[in-house]
This record gives sequence, structure tokens and C-alpha cells, in this order.
Amino acid sequence: MSRLAVSGSGRRPGVVGRILGEHPAGTAFVTPYVVFLAAVFAYPLGFAVYMSFHDYFFTAPGAIVERPFVGFDNYVTVLSDPAVRRAFGNVLVFLVINVPLTVVLSIGLATALNSAIRWRTFFRVSYYVPYVTASVAVVGVWLFLFNANGLVNSVLGPLAPDPSWLVNSTLAMPTVAIYVTWKQLGFFILLYLAALQNVSKDLYEAASMDGAGRWKSFLNVTVPGVRPATTLVVLLATVTGANLFTEPYLLTGGGGPDGASASPVLVMYQKGIEQGNPDIGSAIGVLLVVGVLMLALAERRFVGRED
Amino acid sequence: MKLQAGLLAVVLAGSLAACGGSDGAGDADAAAKATGPITVWYSNNPEEVAWGKQMVAAWNAAHADQKVTAQEIPTGKSSEEVIGAAITAGNAPCLIFNTSPASVSQFQKQGGLVPLDGFDGGTAYIEDRSGDVAKQYKSTDGKYYQLPWKSNPVMIFYNKKAFAKAGLDPEKPALGTYDEVLATSRKLVSSKAAKFAIYPAPSNEFFQSWFDFYPLYAAETGGKQLVEDGKATFASDEGRKVAQFWRTMYADKLASQEKYTGDAFVDGTAAMAVVGPWAIATYERKIDWGVVPVPTSSGKPANEIHTFSDAKNVAMYSACKNRGTAWEVLKFATSQEQDGKFLELTGQMPLRQDVATTYADYFTKNADYKTFADQAARTVEVPNVPNSITIWQTFRDAYSKSVIFGQEDTGAALDGAAQKVDQLAAQS
Repeated sequence: MSRLAVSGSGRRPGVVGRILGEHPAGTAFVTPYVVFLAAVFAYPLGFAVYMSFHDYFFTAPGAIVERPFVGFDNYVTVLSDPAVRRAFGNVLVFLVINVPLTVVLSIGLATALNSAIRWRTFFRVSYYVPYVTASVAVVGVWLFLFNANGLVNSVLGPLAPDPSWLVNSTLAMPTVAIYVTWKQLGFFILLYLAALQNVSKDLYEAASMDGAGRWKSFLNVTVPGVRPATTLVVLLATVTGANLFTEPYLLTGGGGPDGASASPVLVMYQKGIEQGNPDIGSAIGVLLVVGVLMLALAERRFVGRED
Repeated sequence: MKLQAGLLAVVLAGSLAACGGSDGAGDADAAAKATGPITVWYSNNPEEVAWGKQMVAAWNAAHADQKVTAQEIPTGKSSEEVIGAAITAGNAPCLIFNTSPASVSQFQKQGGLVPLDGFDGGTAYIEDRSGDVAKQYKSTDGKYYQLPWKSNPVMIFYNKKAFAKAGLDPEKPALGTYDEVLATSRKLVSSKAAKFAIYPAPSNEFFQSWFDFYPLYAAETGGKQLVEDGKATFASDEGRKVAQFWRTMYADKLASQEKYTGDAFVDGTAAMAVVGPWAIATYERKIDWGVVPVPTSSGKPANEIHTFSDAKNVAMYSACKNRGTAWEVLKFATSQEQDGKFLELTGQMPLRQDVATTYADYFTKNADYKTFADQAARTVEVPNVPNSITIWQTFRDAYSKSVIFGQEDTGAALDGAAQKVDQLAAQS
């Protein structure tokens, strides 16, 4: 009542009031995270954009160097580099395999793990273990599984591809995509398991009374019921997939064979950090951010649309 | 809300400006004479750590007012990245006893290195200690930004048991010419003495060519660097011969296209390895090994064969305040006495003239290392040119595509890479 009276009186808030806003306590709570975001996300992103438009390289403090504005030169260099174009193409192949596979497998497995099956806890933990295990350790196992004389080729016998999976130009990126799908599945299953708790049991009963079997219930009740989670899974899988680095770095020996599994982030690392051209690396990074944003918007529009 | 955001931006900008506002190394002339405590970094392998600790202890015992604090290079994807980040942050140590010659041009461009010629007798000290080899380490501006410290001349190790199993003479293996190496390799694989004859890393990192193409190229050309006088040298008859030799090794499955986790030579997966003397400590008691120089197409005599040095050097970094002390420590750590201790503790070759005669006693007691001491006199370094790492990555990409995976003619790949390398080397 008193607030209304104050507002009604037409008194303008003081400088402190204007700085702290209508809810000073809320501002105080939010500020640390805003500062954190600004320092570790907004500032580096802005700086990366700045670097991408300049002839920029890292120097020792106090070193006097010219860093002239070069317009779109770095972008022209990046886009005319076949290795960079190939890396963007590779990551598209990766996303086309990884994202749908992640959605289908995680929703299917989450539904199975949500029902009353034996060893449920064991399976839940089993799917989660790869996610929490360091990539460096798991990559060794996959190298053992997928090398020319590995377990997979032994099982396949004469059907084994030649050259083998990780040194095959056609199969290297799909193998990396399957590896990443498997490794991250536990996390996405967890998201779906949480979403499944919000799907009303009444809907399943109603579907059952209408004669729907398990498959139809899954399609008509479960899938629409977890749509918000699907939107989240698609977006997260796209963003993490587009940032692919560790797997081509370790699993295929630096994006091999012959760049067939190189990702934009790997090329960004090679050019920006190893070769000392952060301006070129930043241009790749900015293009990647723009690409991922466009992709995420498209996904949000098609997957996350309201009925 | 706009006011709040504006204030936040000002606060952030202010704090960032405060962080980045230091004046760095300060007055270089004053720093060159300044003495006092300094920090040094060394490599993290146990042998070099042992040497580093005793060196620092010996210095500190005699120089209480100029204490040296030493530590291993912090962990990162590579030492070079850590050093590059330290230069940018302004917290690099005074000396790093593990500076890769391939990174020197980049560190120099960053303003991160101190030219050693600026110290009294700097050039003479470097050239007297290392002899003619030192000139390979000069930068394009004619200055020394690194002191050539130690090399690991790359040679071919072979597994005597595997050779005997294949019916080959383990004491005098036929590994002098490319044809001999190919014939020997085929016997090793067909007899199942080893799955692969040799297993150089087939991965695409820029430095991997130092252990397959480059040693053989140095031998074939009698000591040419990859780039000389600002031009790529490898698109030549010699370069094509070396590339074709390795292409045959991969095409005939005598070498593997797949990455190996572990040491293929120690595991017995490969019967040969291209490596330097640092590996002896690893192979001891695990393998009955022998060593020969890298092959040439015509089978040059051993005393004419050059190879890649796999050197690591010492550089002084511009963040150093007490450069007078740093220079004295650098000379102390590379003195004849400390080089002798380094050889004793690590088995790696100090990059100084006449290693074999200077430390004759050591080589009498450790005959395994004598071959490497002889080879150390004929080593070739990576070219000290602008864009060095980009040049090596460009070369590696072409090599990987044509030689390892056979997706392009080897000669055409070398020609294409040479054009790009010429452009890169011409940039300042």
C-alpha cells in the first residue's frame, strides 16, 4: 500500500535507487553471475570478434606492435582455405548423424529405463559411466576396438572395411559421431528420465483404453509429452557437437585421415594456438558461433514449436 | 537497467585495464645487468629433472644473493603452448631449458625472447661452445634468441631378436639403402617376426615429420634444411625419393596408417623405430636393440650421413628482470662440467663441439651412446624462419595425404606444399 502511495505521489527514485533498481536484493543476488558471465563469456566473445577484424597476434606485455584493422581479410582467408571449409563440412556430417541418433537412442532408452525392468539401476549407471569418464581414457578403448585388428573388425571378419574405420576417409567422421553419441548418451537419458516423470499416467491409461499398444502409446503420449526435453536435447547436442575437439584430436590423430575428421574447433586450435594466428582462429570461431546460432534457431523453430 | 549495464561495463573495463597495464620487462639495458633471484623451468622427464635439481643446487650453493628457483614446465597440451601463454601473460620464467627451435620464431615475434648477442661475449660463447652447428639457430635478423643446448640425433633402432627370427643378421643388418630397408622390412613382416617393420606416428601433428621424412631427407641431401634462403627445398629429386620410399612402406603395409597407443617398438609390434638416444633408458632391459644410421638411396657411408637433431635449447624470456643473473646461470648450466653431468644423467648429447672426445671416459663406459655422439656432429635443425609451425603443418598435410594415405601423387603433393611454404617463408 505504501509503495502504491509512493508511486502515486510521483516521487522519482534517487541515484542509488536507480542503480539498484526496483528489487535491490534481487540485483545483489544476480550481480555475481552477471559479472561472471561478462568476464568469462561476453568479454572473450567480444574480444574474439575484435581480433577477427584485426591483424592480431599475442605479444608479451609491453611489446609495441601494430595491429591494423583488416576488415574481412581474416574471414576471406578462412573461407578460401579448403581445410577450414572441409572442417565445417565434417562437422555437419557429424551433426547429421550425432543429433538424431542421440535423440532417438536417449528417448528410447530412457523410456525403457523408466519402466519396471530388472537391473534398472545397474543399466542407468552403466549408461552414465561413459559420460563421466575422461575422454582420454575412453579413446584408448575405442582405438583398441576400431583398429584394423580390433574387436569390431574381428567380429565383422570379411565385412570389415579396408582401410579400417578410423583411417577411412568415408567412415572416420561417422565413427567419431557414434563414439560421441555413445559417450554422451547417459547425460541425455538423464534429461529424458526427468522429463518422463512429468508425463501423466492418466494419459497412458486413456491411450490404453482407446486400444493403443506400447508403440502407439510411445508415439502419441511419450514423444509429445517430452517435447520440451527433446528441444533441449537437440540444442545441447548441436552446441556440444559443433564444439567437437577432443575426439578428432585424440581418436583420429589430429583430424585424420587427411583432414576427413577435422572439426572447426580443431582447425581453430591448430591455426590460432599452435601456429600463432589468433586472428584467423577467431574468425573461424565467430563463423562457428554464427553457424551454431542459426542452426539452433532453426531447430528451435522446427523441434520446439508449440502445437 | 541500461544504467546498471553501463556501470558494470565501466567496472569491468577498469578492472581489465588494471590487469593489463603493466609495463612488462621494463628497461632492457638495466635488466641486462641486473642481478638477483630468478626462476627457471625445465622438462618433466625424470632424467632431466634430476639434472636440473643438481644444477640449481650447485648454483645456489655458490650464489646466495642470486637464488634460482626451478620447476618443471607446467602441464599443457604441449610445452610450446604453455610457454606461449606465459609470454602473453608476462609471467614466463627467466630461462626455459626446453625451448623448441621450431617455436623460436613465434616467441620472437611475440616479443617474448631476449637476444643473447646483447650480453658481453654472448655470440662468441654460443659459437665457441657449439661450433658450426650454432649457425642453424640464428634468427633471420642475424641474432641468437636461443642457445643450442642438447640434441637427440635420430637414428634407426632395431630389435635384434625380431631380426634373428626373420633370418636376418642381427649384428650387421642390411639397412643402408632404401632397397635394403624395403627387402628387410618385407622379410620381417612375412616371417611374422613383427606385425610391422617400422611404426612412425601416422598422425597429423605438425612435428611428426621430424621422425619420418626429415631425418631421411637430411641424410639424402647431405644436410639440407626443409627451407633454405627463404625457399622450400623438399620438392627436389631427393625429396621425391624419400617420399616415394615411405609411400612404398605404407602401400606395402610395412608401416601402419593407424595411430598406436603405446610404444610399438617396445611392445614388439614393430621391429624398428626412428628415435634418438633419449629412448635408450626406455628400451634398456626390455629389448635387445641395435642402432644404425638412417638409410639413403645410394647407401652413403655412416660417417657422411646427416640426420634430424631433435634438439631442445635454452632461451631467455623478456619477462625476466634479473637478466644479468640469468645469463650467468645460462653459462653455468651449459659449462663443460654441467654438460658432462647432463650427458651422464640423461644420455642426451650436449650441443657442443667434439662431444665424443670431450667426454671420452663416458663413452668408453657407455659404448651404446658412442654412435649417437658420432652422429651428433652431423645434425640438421628445423629451419628458423617465420611461420615455422605453419610451414611444418602445411608439409605434414601434404605428406599425410600423399605418402601415408596415397590419395595424391607424392611428387605433386610436394610441389603443391613447396609453393605454399615459399609464400609462408616470405612473410615476416
